[in-house]
Amino acid sequence: MMGAPQQPLQAPPEAGSMTAARRELLARTPDVIASGQTFGSVTDKIAGIVLTHRTPTGWFLAFGVAFLFLMILNVTIVKLLFTGIGIWGNNIPVAWAFDIINFVWWIGIGHAGTLISAILLLFRQQWRTSINRFAEAMTLFAVACAAMYPLLHTGRPWLAAYWLFPYPNTMQLWPQFRSPLIWDVFAVSTYFTVSLLFWFTGLIPDLATLRDSAQSKWAQKTFGVLALGWRGSARHWQRYETIYLLLAGLSTPLVLSVHTVVSFDFAVSEIPGWHATMFPPYFVAGAIYSGFAMVMTLAVPMRAAFKLDDLITMRHIHNMTKIMLATGMIVAYAYVNEVFYAWYSGNLYEQFMMQNRQAGPYGPFYWMLIAINACMIQLFWFRKVRDNVVLLFILSLFVNVGMWLERFVIIAVSLHRDFLPSSWGMYAPTMWDWGMFTGTIGLFLSLFFLFVRLLPAISIFEVRTLLPEARLKGGSTAEHLL
Amino acid sequence: MAPQPQREPLHGLLAEFDNPTDLVDAANRARLAGYTSMDAYTPFPIEELDDALGLKRNSLPLIVLLGGIFGGGGGYFLQYWTQVIAWPMNIGGRPFNSWPHFIPVTFECTVLGASLAAFVGMLVLNRLPKPYHPVFNVPAFDRASRDRFFLCIESTDPKFDRHATGSFLKGLHPLGVSEVAA
Repeated sequence: MMGAPQQPLQAPPEAGSMTAARRELLARTPDVIASGQTFGSVTDKIAGIVLTHRTPTGWFLAFGVAFLFLMILNVTIVKLLFTGIGIWGNNIPVAWAFDIINFVWWIGIGHAGTLISAILLLFRQQWRTSINRFAEAMTLFAVACAAMYPLLHTGRPWLAAYWLFPYPNTMQLWPQFRSPLIWDVFAVSTYFTVSLLFWFTGLIPDLATLRDSAQSKWAQKTFGVLALGWRGSARHWQRYETIYLLLAGLSTPLVLSVHTVVSFDFAVSEIPGWHATMFPPYFVAGAIYSGFAMVMTLAVPMRAAFKLDDLITMRHIHNMTKIMLATGMIVAYAYVNEVFYAWYSGNLYEQFMMQNRQAGPYGPFYWMLIAINACMIQLFWFRKVRDNVVLLFILSLFVNVGMWLERFVIIAVSLHRDFLPSSWGMYAPTMWDWGMFTGTIGLFLSLFFLFVRLLPAISIFEVRTLLPEARLKGGSTAEHLL
Repeated sequence: MAPQPQREPLHGLLAEFDNPTDLVDAANRARLAGYTSMDAYTPFPIEELDDALGLKRNSLPLIVLLGGIFGGGGGYFLQYWTQVIAWPMNIGGRPFNSWPHFIPVTFECTVLGASLAAFVGMLVLNRLPKPYHPVFNVPAFDRASRDRFFLCIESTDPKFDRHATGSFLKGLHPLGVSEVAA
């Protein structure tokens, strides 16, 4: 702590040494956790959602709708496997369409979970604690949805395995490692594995809490197996904390690498509108922006349904909005840069690409994305907007749409008019494209609803470290994890 | 049957506290009193316990480093062997060992190797999964994952004595002291 070592800290530094402006700012900042909570009360509050509360009727309704869309996904996949990818709308010249658009969209959404769990942990941002668990779950489910597309766009995944994964096959063929598409396979599978390890590591102590507070034999046994016999030993905690920080440190460059590699799928090619060195940071910023929008989309209803306002406070809502504003502005800057780059390159094809984006047949989509991602987010500057949870929920849905449009504009619009006018064409998704897309949304939401009902959606042991009780008397604190 | 109370072998004696400060204080006192074989059980990590219990730094950072080196080396070797030896292909006139193209996969394999080493290393060094442990026999221990803090002085300690250690623990003003059957 601060202060000379020989004399103990008399009063918290807030008391005297701060300027009036800073004091006022602190007074206006909502707390990370509402006052009056104890170790027992936070445990009951979070574990109760899983163990004791009656499942709200709304949950069944919401899960039912999500499950319906999951069934649409199943039908679509069966149709795809029987018929082939000809049921989709993409064809030369637009050979990449919904499969890649939705892949990039889902992967991007996942990025916010890792940012919250890993990067904010390294930056000691205490407010991450109430939202990291479900944001990490969101990452896993989003990556699972994303992974459907590369697998299924091969048409017959069981025949495609040899060019996706390096394994000794009877044809003695190996993947071509100079292609960004194979980098994608490694980046996404590593990302999923490491996210799963990080998420499960965080869950172990909470699973032990559920094991110890469960009343039914079945719940005790299930959580008992999953908790691996965790008993909260100080020796275990020491090693646990070491690897929790190390996993955060490893996830941080990993998450930046994943969307960088995704952007290489485009940047390494020579299509106008794709071949730009700006792509990696542009894609990473867009990923975090869209991911926070999805965290907001999920957090606002969950907070209301399970009355979690004192754990997911206005502080979280404000901070998430500010991160959306910051990353959204980076994305808007990238849009300006793309226009400048097309003009400054002096390249006929780059210039035509930009004219076609703005005034071509898909022009309205471009202007919609500018309206959302560059103009609408300016609302986040206003405190009144940041305080209005319902409005933020609606705006976050718009951001999800805006980022989907961005990928559509980059992918389909660049492809449909490339170098030779004789090979120009148009692209429209078929009902199977839509079935697959809405189906993955159903998969994502079904998994999320099950997660909220069956596992602690907020990290119990980390919330305990935030409580005043957790502070050791005599100046030292037990908040070192954060 | 002759009554032979409390003669079954013990895993140790378990003192229960209701706040982290008392536990850290008790652990410090026990260490200063000469106890070495002890452990604490808490519902969240408490950094001060490492010093209080005299825990050594762990070797996990080294294990993770080795996992990363193994993963990265393996990843590069996989690409080198497949692209240079097993199936050399001319891709746009690039050298077979075109190392800049191999960096992304090497990086991903490094992170994968290090992360798997971290997770598996933590479980192995902690001897987990371990469904049974003597401390689970104490009924009050259910709250170790909730809001109670425990200090266990184990019977393997050379200074351990059922009565002397018991009265020492009672002198630390715990909520209670229980015997942990082995």
